[in-house]
Amino acid sequence: MPDSQRIIEIEVLRYNPESDKEPHLEVYKVPFSDDMSVLQGAQYIKDHFDGSLTFRWSCRMAICGSCGMMINGIPKLSCETFLRDYFPNRIRIEAMANFPIEKDLVVDLSGFIEKLESIQPYIIPREPRSLDQGEYIQSPEQFNAYIQFTSCINCTLCYAACPQFGLNPDFIGPAAIALLHRYNMDSRDGAAAERMELVAAEEGVFNCSAVGYCSEVCPKHVDPANAVNINKTNAAKDYFLRFLSPKGGSK
Amino acid sequence: MKAGLKRSNAPIFWSLFGAGGMFSALFGPVLVFITGIAVPLSLMLPSETMSYPKMLAFAQNFIGKGFILAVISLFLWFAAHRIFHSLHEIGIHAGLGAKLICYGSAFVATVVSAVVLLGLGF
Repeated sequence: MPDSQRIIEIEVLRYNPESDKEPHLEVYKVPFSDDMSVLQGAQYIKDHFDGSLTFRWSCRMAICGSCGMMINGIPKLSCETFLRDYFPNRIRIEAMANFPIEKDLVVDLSGFIEKLESIQPYIIPREPRSLDQGEYIQSPEQFNAYIQFTSCINCTLCYAACPQFGLNPDFIGPAAIALLHRYNMDSRDGAAAERMELVAAEEGVFNCSAVGYCSEVCPKHVDPANAVNINKTNAAKDYFLRFLSPKGGSK
Repeated sequence: MKAGLKRSNAPIFWSLFGAGGMFSALFGPVLVFITGIAVPLSLMLPSETMSYPKMLAFAQNFIGKGFILAVISLFLWFAAHRIFHSLHEIGIHAGLGAKLICYGSAFVATVVSAVVLLGLGF
């Protein structure tokens, strides 16, 4: 046992829609041990100081994607960020940037969910296939074309990082476009032309100004910036070549 | 799929921006060196390299015309796009006016240089 318990100051952005006009910061003094994550710090506050503190969490091991927040202004998963790395300085935790706050650290993700649905995030087969044709055969090369984009856990840290999403919430955004790209690149899928309508739309890839912060903050090492920028090229090709294509490209 | 999606016209500007970015990265530094350092200081290049008759001959050559037009026009389209988006990024919600000034000046400069270059004859 250490003779003196270390105590870190955690500054939390609080907002109660029923009583507060706008969010405000409150400071809590939290005793912590070396193995305590920022999420555990928030849980300590909820258990010992204020049971009304609201935040999302589930798995505690960086796979569910629920516990994203701004930690000293940087979008991070609070379960894999440790208090010891900030001590003895004060640490500030806030709701993820660029999203409307519902309560305290919980943001409204309904816009993101709508975007996720809009990209048709499932395999749409190239041609009808019957059971007796057996399983799809995929080469390692075909597999490698999309596998990294499957690692997304929908934590939306990339949206909190994206300055363009911050300015235009209609932008489809990094994670949804990375997932769209994941299905487009899958050799079993044949709906790239259908999805192009969204990629090339005013809400689509051209909102991106290639800042690249989305890929930097991604906890699963997906590279959404890459997916977005590949699709800029695809959309530009579609724009100029659509008159030559027999189907006329997307509308 | 969402209803009422409108196709963005961004590819036109983005392609010019991309071409200009590539072109300026490839030729910008060496042009600064030739026109700004090497020729005025007669460093590595004789000082008459860019004399009027030589430059006129360059501008009257078909390929020379193309190169000069590309340098002026593509650099400007690149800059226009970059400035317009930087306004956006620093939180200035640049509207139609800024768009017209940025892309408009690139467009006007393109037309003017094309007319002047063609006017120099072949």
